[in-house]
Amino acid sequence: MTTASIDNVLLLAGLLFTIGVAGVMMRKNIFFMLLSVEIMLNAAGLAFIAAGSHWGQPDGQVMFIFILAMAAAEVSIGLSLILQIYHLHKSLDIDNLKEMNG
Amino acid sequence: MQTMLWIIPALPLLGFLLLISYGSRLSRRQTAAIGVGSVLLSACAGLYAGGQLLLHPSLVYEVTLWTWIDIGDFHPAIALRMDALAAVFVFVITLIGALIHLYSAEFMEKDPDYSRFFACMNLFVFAMLVLVLADNLLLLYLGWEGVGLCSYLLIGFWYENPANGHAARKAFTMTRIGDTALAIGLFCIYYACKSLNIVDISTAAPLIFQQNPQEATLIAFLLLGGALGKSAQLPLQTWLPDAMAGPSPVSALIHAATMVTAGVYLIARMYVFFELAPAVQGLIAVIGAITLLVAGLSALTQYDIKRVLAYSTISQIGYMFLALGVGAWTAAIFHFMVHAFFKALLFLGAGAIIESVNHEHSMFRMGGLRKKLPIIFWTFMVGTASLAAIPLVTAGFYSKDQILWYAWGARHGQAWLWSMAWVGAFITAAYSARMVLLVFWGPLKTEVTSRPRWSITFPLIALAVCSTWIGFVDLPHNFGHFTPFSDFLHHTLPLTELRADPTTEWMFQILATVATVGGLLLAYSYYYIHNKRLRHLANQPLFRRLHRLWLAGWGFDKLYQTFISRPFLWVTKANKADGVDQLYSAMANITTSLNQRMAALQSGSLRWYIMGMVLGAIILFGLQLLL
Amino acid sequence: MTTAWYITAAITLVSTLMVITRHYPVHALLYLNVSLISLALLFYLMGAHFAALLQIIIYAGAIMVLFIFVIMLLNLGQETATQEKRWLKPKVWIGPCLLALILLVQFTYSLSLSKGETYINNVVEPKAVALSLFQSYMIGVQLAALLLMAAVVGAAHIGRHKRTNVHRFLQHKPDES
Repeated sequence: MTTASIDNVLLLAGLLFTIGVAGVMMRKNIFFMLLSVEIMLNAAGLAFIAAGSHWGQPDGQVMFIFILAMAAAEVSIGLSLILQIYHLHKSLDIDNLKEMNG
Repeated sequence: MQTMLWIIPALPLLGFLLLISYGSRLSRRQTAAIGVGSVLLSACAGLYAGGQLLLHPSLVYEVTLWTWIDIGDFHPAIALRMDALAAVFVFVITLIGALIHLYSAEFMEKDPDYSRFFACMNLFVFAMLVLVLADNLLLLYLGWEGVGLCSYLLIGFWYENPANGHAARKAFTMTRIGDTALAIGLFCIYYACKSLNIVDISTAAPLIFQQNPQEATLIAFLLLGGALGKSAQLPLQTWLPDAMAGPSPVSALIHAATMVTAGVYLIARMYVFFELAPAVQGLIAVIGAITLLVAGLSALTQYDIKRVLAYSTISQIGYMFLALGVGAWTAAIFHFMVHAFFKALLFLGAGAIIESVNHEHSMFRMGGLRKKLPIIFWTFMVGTASLAAIPLVTAGFYSKDQILWYAWGARHGQAWLWSMAWVGAFITAAYSARMVLLVFWGPLKTEVTSRPRWSITFPLIALAVCSTWIGFVDLPHNFGHFTPFSDFLHHTLPLTELRADPTTEWMFQILATVATVGGLLLAYSYYYIHNKRLRHLANQPLFRRLHRLWLAGWGFDKLYQTFISRPFLWVTKANKADGVDQLYSAMANITTSLNQRMAALQSGSLRWYIMGMVLGAIILFGLQLLL
Repeated sequence: MTTAWYITAAITLVSTLMVITRHYPVHALLYLNVSLISLALLFYLMGAHFAALLQIIIYAGAIMVLFIFVIMLLNLGQETATQEKRWLKPKVWIGPCLLALILLVQFTYSLSLSKGETYINNVVEPKAVALSLFQSYMIGVQLAALLLMAAVVGAAHIGRHKRTNVHRFLQHKPDES
C-alpha cells in the first residue's frame, strides 16, 4: 500500500512546520502564537507517524502520544497564562509585555 | 654575670615599651625618669661587664636566649656575645647615650611629644645594643634595621614641618640602598658558609674562600656597601647633613656618636672578609680618604652650625674608614671612641647654643657668646680642640695622629693616602677654628634669651672631661708606649702590621702638628684678623664658584636628582597609565562594551527572541548542509 | 489511495495557511480544526489508525474546546479582528516569512539530497502500540502522567482569579513616581 515517496511526506511535515514558525514570528497576538505552536507540534507528530509506519514499528505512534500529552499540558498552562495576562494588561499584544528587557 | 648580659639591651627595651604603652598617662618627670633611668642602668651594667672583660682578658660573654628561627640547617638564635670590640661599643653607646638622655630631659622639656621622644631614643639605644651585641649576622641585621627605623622616627620627630619629613625619608631611603647591599651580602655569606654565626664564619672563612677569593671579594664589597650607607660615606653621604632636621640630642646620639659608626663596627667585626679581599680593603681606604677631604671642604663653607658638625662627622668617619682600609683596625676603633665623645659634646653644645640664642642656626648671626655662656664656651672649646687635634692635651690628637701615622706606616699604607689625610687634618683645624671664632668671638649679634641648667651643663662637662682624658688610654710609641686600649682590642682584632720604621713616627707627629696649627692660623687670619681679606676672596669668581659648590655638598644632591631621581620620575610619569595593565583593562573594556551590546539584544520582546532562535536554527542547519 | 493522500495533504496545507492569516480568532480556530482533522485522515491513510483516533479525540476535541473557552472568556471578537488587521502589515510579517522561507528552502534542499526511497505504508496495530507503550516506554508514560498532573495543578494555580498575584517587583507603586 504505497502512497507517496518518503520525501513528499517529509516535505509536507516541513511545510507545516515552517508555516507554524512563520505564524509564531509574525503574529503579535499571544493567542495566535499559541495556535501556531500547535501547528508546529502537529508537523513533528506527522513526521514521527510517517517514520513509524514506514518501518512498521509502533515507536512512531508512541512518540506521537507523548507529543499529544505534552501539547495538552502546554495548552492548558499557556491558556491560563493568557487569561492572567489579559486580566493584568487588558491586551494580548506580546510587544506590550517587554518588562524583562536587559 | 655571664648570663645576665641580656639585661644591657633589655633595660632600654623595657623603657621603650613602658613609654610607648603608658606615655600619655605618665607625667613629664616620670617619663624622664624611665627614659633616662633605663639607659643609665644599662650603662652601669655595661660598665660592669666591660670592667670584668678588662680584668679577665680571656673572658668572652656569651648568652643564648632562645632559638629565633629553626628551618633545616638554618637556626639563628637570639644570642648575645660581648667581646672586647663589642664592649667598647657598648661602653660608648650606653655612657654617651645616658648623658644625652639626661641632657634631653631638660632640652626637650617644652616639647609636647616628650614621651614619644624618649620612647624613640630608648628604642634606638636598644637597637644599637642589639647590633653590637649580636652573636649572628641576622640579629645584627635586626639591630641595623632598628637603628635605621629610629633614625627615621627621630629625624622626622617634628613632623609638622614637611622639610623634616623629607629629610627623614631621605635618610631612610639613602641608608636603604646600603641596607639592601648588606642583605644581599648576608645571603651570599649564608650561601657560602652555611651559617650566619659571626664566630663560626670568621673562623671558617679563610678555608672556605681559599679556592675562590672572588666570592670573598663580592661579599666584602656588599658588606662595604652596607657600611657606606649607614656611615654616610661617599657616595651615600648626602643624607647626613639633612638629618640635622631632628632635635639636637638626636643629632648628637645618632648622627655623631653611635649610629653612623655602625658601618665602622660592621667592617671591624667582619675584618676576616676584608683581609681576604685586599682590593676591597684598598677601596675602603680610598673612599675614606676622599670622603674626609670632600666633607671637610664642605664643612669649611657651611653657615649652619649643625651642618658644619654634620660634615665634620662625615669627615671624621672618613678617617675611621681610612684606618680600616690600611689595616689599622684598633686605630679606627680608638678614633671612633674619641670621636663619639667629642662629637656628642659638640652637638650637645651646639644644641645648647642654638637654644640659648632663640633657635638661631646660622653662625654668622651668632658671635660674642664667650662671655655670655661660659660653661658652654669652655666645654665647646674642649670639643673643638679635640676635633682640631690640638697636640698633646686633647684626645683627638692621639687618635687622629695614630691614623695619620698608620696611613703612612701600616702595611697597606700609601704616601698619597697619608697626604690626603694630612690635608684633611689641616682642613679640620681650619673649619673648627672658623666655627669657634664665628660663634664665640666678635661682636654680639643675637641676644641670649635663656641659659642652660645643670642637666644640660652636667653632660657637657662630663663629655668634655672624657674627650680630654680618653686619649691617654692609647699613647704612641715615643710617648712611653702605653697602649692598654689596643691591647684590649687585640683580643678581638688583629694586630696592625707596620711597613715603616716606628722610630720615624715623631716626624709624622710634627707634621700633623704643623697641619693643625696651620689650619688654626689660617682660620684665625681670615676670620679674626683680616675680615676684609675674606670679603676680597669671596669676590673672586673662582672662589665664589667653589664656595657655592662646597656649600651644596659638592652638588651630590643635584647629581642624584639629575641622574637618578629625574629619570626615575620620568619613567614613572611615562608609565603613569601602566602599559602592562593597559592590556588587561583593554580586555575588561572590550568585555564590558560587548556586554552592553549584548544587553541591548535582551529587549524583552518575545518575537525577537523567537526570530533569533529561528535564525540560529537556520545557521546551524546551513552549516550542517555545507559541511 | 495516493490521490486521497495528496488531496488531504493539500487540504491540510491550505487550512493551516488560513490559520495563521485569519484576523478573527474563531475563524483561525475553525481552520485549525480542519487542519487537525485532515491530519488525522493522513495518519489513517498512512496506517496509524490509533494515532488518527487520538488526534480527533484529543486535539480536535479536547484541546480545541479549551481554545474556544478562552475565546469565550476573553470575548475575542470584532475588536480583536480589527486590531489584528492593524497589526498584520507587510512590515511586520515580511521578515518572519523570509526567515521561514529560508528554513523551508533548507528543508527541501536536504530532502533532495536523499535517495528518494519509496514509502512503504505499514499498518501498525493499536495492540503493538499498547504493548510498546506499557513495556519499553513505561517510564515515559509515567513521566507524561507526571507532566499532565503538573500541568493541571499549574493551570489551576495560574488561572485562579486573583488581583494580587503579581510579583512584588512588577507592582506599580504610585507613591514612587
